[in-house]
Amino acid sequence: MSFLFALVGNQNCGKTTLFNRLTGSNQHVGNFPGVTVEKKEGHILKHKDATIVDLPGIYSLSPYTSEEVVTRDFAVKEHPDAIINIVDATNIERNLYLTLQLMELGIPMIIALNMMDEVRQSGNSIDVKKLSDHLGLPVVPISASKNEGVSELLDVAMKVVTEQKPPVKLDFCVGPVHKAIHSIAHLIEDQARVYDYPTRFAATKLVEGDAPMTEALGITENQQHIIDHIVEEMEFELGTDREAALADMRYSYIEKICSDCVTRHQETKEQLRSEKIDRFLTHKYFGIPIFLGIMLLIFWLTFTVIGAPLQDLLERGIDWLTAELSHLLVQVNVSPWLHSLLIDGVCAGVGSVLSFLPIIVLLFFFLSLLEDSGYMARVAFVMDKLLRKIGLSGRSFVPMLIGFGCSVPAIMATRTLSSERDRKMTIVLTPFMSCSAKLPIYGMITSAFFPKHGGVVMFSIYVLGMIVAVLSGLLLKKTIFRGNPIPFVMELPAYRMPSPKTVALHMWEKAKDFIRKAFTIIFVAAIVIWFLQSFDWSLNMVEDSSMSILASIGSVIAPIFIPLGFNDWRASTALITGLTAKESVVSTLTILTGAANDAQLGGILQGIFSPLSAFSFLVFTILYMPCVAAFAATKRELGSLKSAAATALYQTCVAYLVALVIFQVGSLFIR
Amino acid sequence: MTLDNVKPGYCGTITAIGGEGALRRRLLDMGLTPNTMVTVRKVAPMGDPIELYLRSYVLTIRREEAAKIEVHGVSKV
Repeated sequence: MSFLFALVGNQNCGKTTLFNRLTGSNQHVGNFPGVTVEKKEGHILKHKDATIVDLPGIYSLSPYTSEEVVTRDFAVKEHPDAIINIVDATNIERNLYLTLQLMELGIPMIIALNMMDEVRQSGNSIDVKKLSDHLGLPVVPISASKNEGVSELLDVAMKVVTEQKPPVKLDFCVGPVHKAIHSIAHLIEDQARVYDYPTRFAATKLVEGDAPMTEALGITENQQHIIDHIVEEMEFELGTDREAALADMRYSYIEKICSDCVTRHQETKEQLRSEKIDRFLTHKYFGIPIFLGIMLLIFWLTFTVIGAPLQDLLERGIDWLTAELSHLLVQVNVSPWLHSLLIDGVCAGVGSVLSFLPIIVLLFFFLSLLEDSGYMARVAFVMDKLLRKIGLSGRSFVPMLIGFGCSVPAIMATRTLSSERDRKMTIVLTPFMSCSAKLPIYGMITSAFFPKHGGVVMFSIYVLGMIVAVLSGLLLKKTIFRGNPIPFVMELPAYRMPSPKTVALHMWEKAKDFIRKAFTIIFVAAIVIWFLQSFDWSLNMVEDSSMSILASIGSVIAPIFIPLGFNDWRASTALITGLTAKESVVSTLTILTGAANDAQLGGILQGIFSPLSAFSFLVFTILYMPCVAAFAATKRELGSLKSAAATALYQTCVAYLVALVIFQVGSLFIR
Repeated sequence: MTLDNVKPGYCGTITAIGGEGALRRRLLDMGLTPNTMVTVRKVAPMGDPIELYLRSYVLTIRREEAAKIEVHGVSKV
């Protein structure tokens, strides 16, 4: 007999920690079909026949966010055999609000009362037995972070799932709400059975005025009439509206339970400590500088202190392997094209992208610390006002900042944003933040054209990227991402020590994700570019890459850039190879121009570009579609190739337009 | 008065929640229901959003949203 458990709970209640405890590292991460909401599942340790799905952290089963809808649909359509509802004992009132809604689903349920150690330590207490009696559900006190009570929880969960007894207590409503729910339940009972919805859940949702439920049950006009009448009567009797009436009903019942089971003398130690820490971290004047300082420190550690040597080491390893492989291939006498495919195509292409792995893993290490400690919520709090103007919330700030380092982890980091709309918009805007791989291009252009004003040019390029992101955000807000953003109503959880296991798993997962990308989409892209670069149209291998297919494609598209001020096949070819990794723009230009050194390259570039068109080329380079690795990340996070392609097209169009305006307007002033 | 006018360090009891749709539902779901006692703890560095304390947890909402919440009996904590 195999069992399916659903793990449901609020955000910040230790759900991921418990999930990791229950499954070990034996888990699979994917998306729910059709939405970019993460779905994690795994087998429970020592119970190979039991699968557990970690549903998104939510506060309610309302129909507004994709996370809430996903959880509802999973519970109703996938028929899990039992729900493990994790409840934060330090914050029990608000956590039980979701519990009461889950109970209506009619699925056997267990409460995992987490963080009980913190409750006890602060001298507070919860009468678990009484709580269990009130709810009519088994309640197991645990501490997921200290691994206390987890095996007891598992024993109880296995018992509940085998017995298959649905929650017995449903009537926590009184008076007019009770009357309304029961009248409507009676009315729609048959439809609920036909369409496979728990009657009580469906009735409550109809009282709340839940549109998806009305549609799912095929409520007739006549029935809608009766429902409206019942609800109006309830609203009249209570003197409040339907949504407030139900929220109030649930919270009143919870208050009653808590006054009976919870003894709370003071805030927990962690809550008191958080208040003290926040005196600094969200301080009126120091809050923002501290945040920027932390980010600078992360960048410095990632890119300079730890990342650079590791990257260097990995690069050397890859070079050594490539050399050995090359040597071996020569020894076994493979044909030159195969040698070139493996060495110049696969090893060079995948290798150059793979060398970013240490940086990505390190960034995720730090991001994980920020997220799991509870600091990320403070960043959102501190930076919210700035990002609101472009229709995002403070939460998007960190991914965008990471974008200055590398777009790949930045795009992957959008996973932590709670709204799907914000997530998509941030993914589109993040690549406009100039990433570190573009630095060599700036170096090449500035040393050739603006040797005295390198700093100014570079600064203006960075600022331009940000301005374009802001304008783009305003545009997207008014067009594709119109509609109401998810309201910024966010919990500031108590600061907690991140669990090493969670951080490690998170890093491993991101590393795996990146390696998979390197060997799939990036692998293919490297081969395609290699092929185009090494062959001519009659499929003969070329010695001189100026004879290659790629060069002829470059010549064909070169005139497209005339309005931007440059028309040279070498420049357009470099823009194509730049798609594998942005720094290839420099190596391609070097190869194609046949320059022996940087000074010579500078001289040749001065023949291709004027200072103004060089600047326009630079602008186009920073804004046009990101490299394949970032594209692959975009595809994964947006959930479809089509959306990723549309994003890339949008970014390239923006790049073209901005470079066009800069060149054309600039030409009016510079003659 | 509305919650956005309550100074940090003061608390009051909610009398009504205005607004509509997803936003209002969210506020209710998070426990901002009538008769709940709520404290304004802090204002973010740029003046918005604000930090609240209610039902023994910390919540942050924007001023715009706070303006939809009516409170009475405002007093120093």
